[in-house]
Amino acid sequence: MKETLPDAETERLLRELAPQVLGAVVRRFRDFAAAEDAVQEAMLAAFTQWPHEGVPDNPRGWLIRVASRRLTDQIRSEIARRERETAVARDAETFAPVHDIEYDMDPNDTLILLFMCSHPALSSSSAIALTLRAVGGLTTAEIAKAFLVPEATMAQRISRAKQSIKDSGAPFCLLPLEERAERLPAVLHVLYLIFNEGYASSMGAHLQRLDLTREAIRLTRSAKALLPDDAEVAGLLSLMLLTDARRAARTGPDEELIPLDKQDRTLWDRAEIEEGIELMTDALSKGSVGMYQLQAAIAAVHDEAARAEDTDWPQILALYESLKRVSPSPMVTLNHAIAAAMVDGPSKGLELLKTLDVDSRLAEHHRLDAVRAHLLEMLGDHVSAVKHYRTAAGRTTSIPERNYLIAQAARLEEGSRGPDEKTNVPSS
Amino acid sequence: MKYILMMNIPKAGYGAFGAWTQKDIVANLAFVKGMNKTLSESGEFVAAEGLALPDQARVVRAGKDGVPITDGVFPEAKEFLAGYLIVDVESTERAYKIAAIWSAAPGPGALPLNMPIEVRQVMSGKADELP
Repeated sequence: MKETLPDAETERLLRELAPQVLGAVVRRFRDFAAAEDAVQEAMLAAFTQWPHEGVPDNPRGWLIRVASRRLTDQIRSEIARRERETAVARDAETFAPVHDIEYDMDPNDTLILLFMCSHPALSSSSAIALTLRAVGGLTTAEIAKAFLVPEATMAQRISRAKQSIKDSGAPFCLLPLEERAERLPAVLHVLYLIFNEGYASSMGAHLQRLDLTREAIRLTRSAKALLPDDAEVAGLLSLMLLTDARRAARTGPDEELIPLDKQDRTLWDRAEIEEGIELMTDALSKGSVGMYQLQAAIAAVHDEAARAEDTDWPQILALYESLKRVSPSPMVTLNHAIAAAMVDGPSKGLELLKTLDVDSRLAEHHRLDAVRAHLLEMLGDHVSAVKHYRTAAGRTTSIPERNYLIAQAARLEEGSRGPDEKTNVPSS
Repeated sequence: MKYILMMNIPKAGYGAFGAWTQKDIVANLAFVKGMNKTLSESGEFVAAEGLALPDQARVVRAGKDGVPITDGVFPEAKEFLAGYLIVDVESTERAYKIAAIWSAAPGPGALPLNMPIEVRQVMSGKADELP
């Protein structure tokens, strides 16, 4: 029986099927780039047909058939054009009845695709785009819109990414265990970047954009299902959930940023927090502790505090110290300094920041000035704090962040003029 | 990271453009078209526009009740925006490299113009979690 699904349902079904269909088609035709294009065309055909004609009895088989036909037609016309036989044409298997491959399922397909799309030959923006299309089942138009670039540009980015993979000669199969372990951080990094792109840009102006945060969570869920024993995959999923839980509280009615200590914690998503904490606790019990688990643990400590003043800062400080050992970076040092300031006072935090002044990766980064301003304010040195808030505002490339930092500077300056003029943070 | 590349042309240069030969103009336009095509193929192109000559440009200010008051372009202005290009690139260095390519667009006699290109980052950065 055919049933008619509303568009959102069709979309969800198609996105779920995309990597499975692609896996089957690639294995048959042995050309990842061409198969990926054919699957995209099949998906677009389904998008237009299914909502009107109903979902076929075997949607996966339908998509495989359509994609395979496109590829077969393409190969045939190629042969006709060249007027000569090719190895592919002689390969009877290529033209085997498609119903054979409809049931050719490999549960590892999604995993193979995830690794392929974060191939070291790709830039991060290409890896992100290709992951969203090949594994996420999104259309080029949707991805282009999410990144605010023309569709033609995004199409080229994806096709170049596929060309790089082709040139690298990577076969379509599961990597050996050792190599998989080596490459997993790159896969997780791509998923993390997709999440961050969505979370950090979830401002009102971009409401029409695709929800990359949800997509990243969905993809990480599939990675978790395929690698159930990997503590870092679980850690990453947990970190995403624990961060996303605060989304509604993160911006005010005028889209102004609200820092963690000022957020209305009743707006936090309890279900996401519970799931995140459970995943994180389970992951930590597995032994090897990685950077995502530690970041998830830090997020969990924040999420568990009913009020900002209840935050267990000594615990956060200890976690940042572990994070500094496991995965040192200037950003970690910066966050460590904040935690140290909350536990041992702002002077301690400011002292730790000094090591970053000579670090070229961060010396001119707005975050360093923003944190320094915050700690100077804690110390009571409002004049210096204002100066650093302003420097940070001049260096950030995020409009909401710039507005927030300018407002912080204005608040401090007005406050020092006299209590009568003290106002709250303006919204724009 | 998105960058806007702005080509500013000295006022004198605008007049000189009219004196170019047909061949030079065609070569210059073909160069820009080719550059944009290459950027599209590399997955970096976002937008590009060329602006009309400043002869008819007006400066507008809101007068009483928001009525537009137009004025001619300030005679003391030394240069004008001739066009812009927005790219989405992996690094600042890459944006500079594209700017240098554009700067060397051919002018009279197919010689590179070496026009100054102002490179500014577009406010498309992400808002981090704040302390």
